[in-house]
Amino acid sequence: MIHFLVHDAADTVGVAVVDIAAGTPCAGRDLSTNKPVDAKATQDIPLGHKLALKDFAVGDTVIKYGCEIGKVVQPVRAGEHVHVHNLKTKRWA
Amino acid sequence: MLDRTILGYRRENGRVGVRNHVIILPVDDISNAACEAVGNNIKGTLALPHAYGRLQFGEDLELFFRTMIGTGSNPNVAAVIVIGIEPGWTQRIVDGIAKTGKPVAGFSIEGQGDIATISQASVKAKEYVQWASELQRTECKFSELYISVKCGESDTTTGLSSCPTVGNVVDKHCAIGGTASFGETSELTGAEHIVAAKAANEAVRKQFMAAFEDYTKLVFSEKTNDLSESQPTKGNIAGGLTTIEEKALGNVEKLGKKTKFVGCLKPAEAPSDKGLWYMDTSSAAAEAVTLWAASGAVVHLFPTGQGNVIGNPIEPVIKLSGNPKTVRIMADHIDLDVSPILQGEMTLDQAGDALIEMIVRTANGRLTAAEALGHREFVMTKLYRSA
Repeated sequence: MIHFLVHDAADTVGVAVVDIAAGTPCAGRDLSTNKPVDAKATQDIPLGHKLALKDFAVGDTVIKYGCEIGKVVQPVRAGEHVHVHNLKTKRWA
Repeated sequence: MLDRTILGYRRENGRVGVRNHVIILPVDDISNAACEAVGNNIKGTLALPHAYGRLQFGEDLELFFRTMIGTGSNPNVAAVIVIGIEPGWTQRIVDGIAKTGKPVAGFSIEGQGDIATISQASVKAKEYVQWASELQRTECKFSELYISVKCGESDTTTGLSSCPTVGNVVDKHCAIGGTASFGETSELTGAEHIVAAKAANEAVRKQFMAAFEDYTKLVFSEKTNDLSESQPTKGNIAGGLTTIEEKALGNVEKLGKKTKFVGCLKPAEAPSDKGLWYMDTSSAAAEAVTLWAASGAVVHLFPTGQGNVIGNPIEPVIKLSGNPKTVRIMADHIDLDVSPILQGEMTLDQAGDALIEMIVRTANGRLTAAEALGHREFVMTKLYRSA
């Protein structure tokens, strides 16, 4: 079973394609290279939500589809849930 | 792909439709009651009540007429009854629709009242619906279909599965000489560079960027926060989308991998040639699909993640989803399940072929989920306050 997908090799987040429970060792796949990617979820990640693939500091940019999707506003560790509580748009601000 | 055969209605002007509606079109808000009465009197007709048509001016008035005339002119419409409060604007809409060669008649209320108008219009509507009921579907080419695309209640699965499935169909359709259109200007924010790079030439790229920057100015002139209460929507956020940039990058997967877009359309403007066209629309589903139907689109492809339920009275809206939860719990709204893509059990090419098969079946007469459920959202776009 695939737990998460990554759009692009440059991406710093993956997308859960099943509900992932905290502590689960996750099998992922990079869609740009078709290669496996491993990660460990340290928080619950619902289907469709994002999993941090690296540590982020406040002000860092998150990359998905190989492009910027916003800036980090709370520190994030690899394996944590990335969403509206720690990531904000850089547009319309 | 090879050009398929579909069974459609070839209209007087040669255009191909896939539905055979007789519509009762109000010119203005105060003619809705008469139109709905005619729609109730004559079975098989469809009244399209709406909120506007009085004291509009300038570009907003032009858009109003383009939407009214375009809706009546759509090849999915066999014949039209137009009812307005006064004869001037009523006739302008009748004359616009008459250019297609299809049957159209106008009636106005001032000087005689609703009851006499309803009586006259009902006689004509009965004549039209009986005439239309004898029109036969004939063999037409898939490439003759003008297809519009827009997603709604997106989540991260739309960018992974249902939007690139539509992109696969856009590539295949445009490669055989088909016509398609995308839009949702505000929801391109963060991916505008990707769209700009898909413009067929520099003039088209500049025209697109001008429309995009215009919309950005509108957002900045009216916004009270970073739009985090509106874009992404609450449904988008529940589905895992965090920012407008992330939403836009999933959205533009619908444009395909190979196709360049050949031109930019004003809202409700008809494409003048084959190929993929950008239309400057809002991202609100019912508003946008109403504009595409008014531009002549006959089938709409609608990827959804969390389960948007929209339909349109003129063009069938085919819904596809790649979210395995949504296809299960909102199965009554989903025409095509592409969720096996997420586990690598279906390729995008296979999903695209499955969607083409669903378009063929829909064009041949299969009712979409939205049609069967009675979703007929007809929502006009208004640019600013009336005079």
